[in-house]
Amino acid sequence: MQVIINYDKMINTACVVTCDNKSLPDYFYKVYIKGEIVKMFRIVRKRMLNDVVVLMDIEAPFIAKKAQPGQFIIFRIDEMGERVPLTIADFDKEMGTVTIIFQIVGKSTEHLSQLNEGDTILDFAGPLGMPTHIDPEAKSVCVIGGGVGCAIAYPQARALHEQGTDVTVIAGFRSKDIVILEDEFKAASTDLIITTDDGTYGKKGFVTNALEELIQGGKKFDEVIAIGPVPMMKFICEVTKKYNIKTIVSLNPIMVDGTGMCGGCRVTVGGETKYACVDGPDFDGHAVNFDELMKRNSTYRDREHSCRMLNQAK
Amino acid sequence: MADKVLNKVPMPEQDPKVRSGNFQEVTLGYSKAMAMEEAERCLNCKTKPCVNGCPVGVRIPEFIGKIKEGDFTSAYDIIKTTNRLPAVCGRVCPQENQCEDKCVRGIKGEPVAIGRLERFVADYIMENNASTVAKPKSNGKKVAVVGAGPSGLTCAGNLAQLGYKVTIFEAFHVAGGVLMYGIPEFRLPKAIVQKEINSLLELGVEIMTNMVIGKVLSLDDIIDMGYEAIFIGSGAGLPNFMGIEGESLIGVFSANEYLTRINLMKGYLEEYDTPVIKSKNVAVVGGGNVAMDAARSAIRMGAEHVYIVYRRSQDELPARKEEVYHAKEEGIEFMFLTNPVKINGDENGRAESMECIKMQLSEPDESGRKKSVPIKNSDFIIPVDTVIMSVGTSPNPLIRKTTTGIEVNNRGCLVVDEDMMTTRKGIYAGGDAVTGAATVILAMGAGRAAAASIDKYISKK
Ligand SMILES: Cc1cc2nc3c(=O)[nH]c(=O)nc-3n(C[C@H](O)[C@H](O)[C@H](O)COP(=O)(O)OP(=O)(O)OC[C@H]3O[C@@H](n4cnc5c(N)ncnc54)[C@H](O)[C@@H]3O)c2cc1C
Ligand SMILES: Cc1cc2nc3c(=O)[nH]c(=O)nc-3n(C[C@H](O)[C@H](O)[C@H](O)COP(=O)(O)OP(=O)(O)OC[C@H]3O[C@@H](n4cnc5c(N)ncnc54)[C@H](O)[C@@H]3O)c2cc1C
Ligand code: SF4
Ligand code: SF4
Ligand code: FES
Repeated sequence: MQVIINYDKMINTACVVTCDNKSLPDYFYKVYIKGEIVKMFRIVRKRMLNDVVVLMDIEAPFIAKKAQPGQFIIFRIDEMGERVPLTIADFDKEMGTVTIIFQIVGKSTEHLSQLNEGDTILDFAGPLGMPTHIDPEAKSVCVIGGGVGCAIAYPQARALHEQGTDVTVIAGFRSKDIVILEDEFKAASTDLIITTDDGTYGKKGFVTNALEELIQGGKKFDEVIAIGPVPMMKFICEVTKKYNIKTIVSLNPIMVDGTGMCGGCRVTVGGETKYACVDGPDFDGHAVNFDELMKRNSTYRDREHSCRMLNQAK
Repeated sequence: MADKVLNKVPMPEQDPKVRSGNFQEVTLGYSKAMAMEEAERCLNCKTKPCVNGCPVGVRIPEFIGKIKEGDFTSAYDIIKTTNRLPAVCGRVCPQENQCEDKCVRGIKGEPVAIGRLERFVADYIMENNASTVAKPKSNGKKVAVVGAGPSGLTCAGNLAQLGYKVTIFEAFHVAGGVLMYGIPEFRLPKAIVQKEINSLLELGVEIMTNMVIGKVLSLDDIIDMGYEAIFIGSGAGLPNFMGIEGESLIGVFSANEYLTRINLMKGYLEEYDTPVIKSKNVAVVGGGNVAMDAARSAIRMGAEHVYIVYRRSQDELPARKEEVYHAKEEGIEFMFLTNPVKINGDENGRAESMECIKMQLSEPDESGRKKSVPIKNSDFIIPVDTVIMSVGTSPNPLIRKTTTGIEVNNRGCLVVDEDMMTTRKGIYAGGDAVTGAATVILAMGAGRAAAASIDKYISKK
């Protein structure tokens, strides 16, 4: 049998073909030869941002071409793996790479963190979800990230900054040793405020304190974008509601398909059921039922885990 | 003589007590001898009423005639001329409403077991690898298919046979559609679906997985890539919920999610990472094939009680009779004329019980359908920790929302003309995406019809 694939260089995400020639062009990532997978999505760069947060560039030119801030991908490491959603933290259309930044919290993220440059993963699908609406009229926006949520907030801060909006970034962490993306945020904001819960770096306290101080100091925001642990987003919304500032949050319910087919990611927004994977993940924070989301996210969580996650959220 | 026997040759099955604890196939299939014996019951009727009952017109008496002769390869070739997935259809077609419903043997006694014979032939060929597909000569023209469910696979296969270079774009990480993510292993082994898909690959069809059309590529992108026509077979995967209180509680799932976790993500196998909730008491709301599959999966996952909660009576159950029968054998408890009104949760937001109301059937209305109406003050509570909503699905709006010029009706189904063409030239559609949730064989029939139209369209271009 001869090689029967002949795509234009454009098509290059996972594909299945029948052929017995193992010397396939580089732009095929998932290739089955007679049922055996010989090629997949390659990790081209890996950087540990701190002990538990990893950055990776994955070769997926087709997704890179379409990606917009706020969208996400779903990966699956191998045949036994789960489908796990991660935000597209950055993308390079020329290089054809998609950047993901993830926190090691459980089995799949742990497993992914052990892979190295040159290794491959089986599935990588996207870009999913609605892009963040970047308001071209916005004069002043406050972008708030909590922990690994900063990775998700970064492309939004950058997009706003690039169009000339006055961007204040508040990036909150538990302590100094887990601060990530400081240089990136500096380059993508007018003002950068880093907070740590224990005061070991930047301002001591929570992001909510920093936000409230700014507002009380007379700073006017057209909009707040808040991304982080659910409790953080909830508390930020309580603050912004007081001052009547429009607030966008990015939700992370448990997902399976990411295309609107399982209903597992449903969240209640303004009393209506929404599917975060297709209607979101961004929503009007003042309308989101956060308590319900927190409960639903604990569906598969054992006790031990929940303590760890809650500690991280605090 | 076999041809005087009133009943079908019985199908060997796993013992209900054993099978309710495993995911292996329930029915074991005919042996050669059983198949040849059953084939003798066919009268080879001149008028072939059975063929009219089959949506794709399988040449039933002809293939059964070959079984009588023991020539299974020829039987297979005959089936394959009109049905691309016989191993699948033989297992999941609602034969009792289709081919077998029209069989003359059914007037007195049981009809010929057409489905079982079809399955036997397909399995025999697969096991013995007796059929080889000749790769058709390429005509150099490219067609794209969106969705690798039965409609897409059939359309792709038929076009490939005609020499087209066909690429299927599938959103999931595997091809097969509902055959892979919905219908459970114990009813349709995934290895069989995979073999049918492999035979398409041998024809030269390319399948690209992880391609969510509307997101990674728009239909316009596909046209720009040189595809001369597109077939949309994206199914009806959007799950409906009832809109009652408590549907957001932990432990309430759509049947799609529950079945996808178990089938596609192999949640029933230890070595897979997929989490599946451990349930004790499960209520499945609905009465179709999907509800039966969810209920029977739940019992296999170790639930103690699994209830089917259905608002009409046994006679109205839309599921295949065989599945209902199998479900009962496996210990599924049916609550007919019952409708949920509310799901109650505990302090952690987990479902702990479901409030239901008794229903009664009204006199038939003009359409002949009896309405189911609640009986006042008949509320009662069943303790359940898991509720699986299986109350229908609608077409996913992802594609139409990202494509201009494609019209849908008020149920979100794509509108097509008699040639299966959507309101945009060169873009065709079929299967559940057009009809709403229906059957495998209807989806395949649509894929076949669309392939013929696409061939005509491109040839005329
Ligand atoms: C749209 C979206 C975008 C996301 N973007 C990022 C990102 O950019 N970086 C990042 O680090 N994480 C992100 N997440 C969260 C990430 O998907 C989860 O951390 C991941 O699923 C954990 O998988 P695991 O197998 O390692 O852990 P598991 O072993 O599956 O779970 C570990 C713990 O995480 C909980 N969990 C599982 N899935 C989720 C989930 N989807 N959301 C929240 N908690 C979950 C479990 O209940 C458990 O307590 C995103 C989630 C969504 C829905
Ligand atoms: C649990 C269950 C049990 C059933 N049991 C039976 C039975 O016993 N007998 C019977 O005859 N019928 C049964 N059915 C119905 C039958 O399976 C469907 O009618 C049939 O599969 C429809 O085929 P289709 O090709 O139209 O769509 P599907 O099988 O739904 O396939 C659609 C495919 O398109 C993909 N897709 C969707 N959107 C996109 C996109 N944007 N980009 C790329 N790909 C996309 C999907 O991932 C999927 O793979 C059952 C259905 C279910 C859910
Ligand atoms: S395809 Fe279905 S309806 Fe047609 S003959 Fe086979 S089992 Fe019967
Ligand atoms: S109607 Fe029944 S008996 Fe007659 S040809 Fe068809 S299968 Fe055979
Ligand atoms: S993840 Fe399945 S519907 Fe959103």
